[in-house]
Amino acid sequence: MFSLLRSMAITFLHLFSKRETIQYPEERVPLHPRWRGRIVLTRDPDMGERCVGCYLCAAACPVDCISLQATEDEQGRRYPEFFRINFSRCIFCGYCEEACPTYAIQLLPDFEMAEYNRQNLVYEKEDLLIDSQGKYPGYNYYKVAGVDSGIKPKGGGTNENPPVDIHQILP
Amino acid sequence: MTEPYHYLLMIVLVLFTLTSVAALLIWVERRLLALWQDRCGPNRAGPLGLFIVAADTLKLFFKEDWIPPFADKRIFVVAPAIVAATVLLSFVVVPFAPNLLIADLHIGLLFFLAMSSMGVYSIVLGGWASNNKYSLLGALRGAAQMISYEVFMGLSLMGVVMLSGSFRLTDIVLAQQDYWFIFTQPLGFIIFLIAGVAETHRLPFDIPEAESELVAGFHAEYSGMKFGMFFIGEYLGITLISAMLTTLFLGGWLGPVLPPILWFILKTSAFIVLFILLRASLPRPRYDQLLEYGWKILLPLSLINLLVTGAISLLTS
Repeated sequence: MFSLLRSMAITFLHLFSKRETIQYPEERVPLHPRWRGRIVLTRDPDMGERCVGCYLCAAACPVDCISLQATEDEQGRRYPEFFRINFSRCIFCGYCEEACPTYAIQLLPDFEMAEYNRQNLVYEKEDLLIDSQGKYPGYNYYKVAGVDSGIKPKGGGTNENPPVDIHQILP
Repeated sequence: MTEPYHYLLMIVLVLFTLTSVAALLIWVERRLLALWQDRCGPNRAGPLGLFIVAADTLKLFFKEDWIPPFADKRIFVVAPAIVAATVLLSFVVVPFAPNLLIADLHIGLLFFLAMSSMGVYSIVLGGWASNNKYSLLGALRGAAQMISYEVFMGLSLMGVVMLSGSFRLTDIVLAQQDYWFIFTQPLGFIIFLIAGVAETHRLPFDIPEAESELVAGFHAEYSGMKFGMFFIGEYLGITLISAMLTTLFLGGWLGPVLPPILWFILKTSAFIVLFILLRASLPRPRYDQLLEYGWKILLPLSLINLLVTGAISLLTS
């Protein structure tokens, strides 16, 4: 009997304690920089597309919401012909970001993507590309990669030695 | 209050006030429960979220009013009307203020007890006509609970009747001019309060609906305004029990300075808040615990209360 009254009193006193609710549109939850929200495609410092169309993100995606088609420009640089993310399927797991070898695909701290029309949740490449380097400023895949695709000659990267002519190696 | 148009005016006034109060209680309950759980509750629509009442009512009106094909149609339709009708009928005898009541029956208290017992038909018939296992279980529990709590609900009030010497509710209020009956009949008050919670099947004793066990118990198959009637009936029941507690134990409209009707409203709303606090803080007892508690503890207690009150009033008279 006493415990009943006690629990009633405790419940009543909660009238005066602080509200837990965050009044959402006016107040907002502080989102961490690494919060996994909207997916974007970032650019390298020269404003070229970072994505090389390797399909690793599409393979990693557990809900198959990413579809893309890789192609090459005349200099041999790979890029996606189209890149489509269906955000009505996306579960924001971030596996695509982990899988990406060129830091192209990244997740932003932004979750306010609601639409009245479901079709509007399918984002094309133009909607996904942003004019920013995202979380890895200064990184350019083609500056560290070995291949020559018009950015740098083979072996001209930051930590690379010039290519060796194996026929010239003489004692 | 003998002219027929006075009656008519009073009936319309009471009916309008009660239905508005029952609708407003949706907001009050959600708001208070939220406050006691460190939330805010509905606060978007209109000032303090008050328009949620209109939104909820409109929503109930426009919901599909579906009668399941396996249900017993006639009884299914009638059942929700019974609960609202019986509770509203009980309000006929509640004295809101001097000369502000519909009918000053000389058996007012008995009328109230009779009408509140009729409410059980709505649960039993509703649960039975739904033709659904969970509804039937809810109805069975409801019947057992209402019948066992009805017994000492009436008995707990007999002390009040003994002290005031009348079944007429106005007389009972006027008999409390020196001291309220809550001081002379504390046991009766507590027993009536518990029985009242069980009678309205409110949360500590809501085993007929018990949403965590029986989906929604007796009204699991109901939708639209038929569910709305059960909903309104429950809130009207809270208001009725609070009004009766006020009338029988807290001196009704009696009180200094403020006008009588305001005292009545104040005391009744305090009990309504208590009802919601009970819901916010107490867990639901098991079905057998509830019946055991009723028959083994509350019934003997109310009988003892009756005996002691009788003995004392015999000795002092």
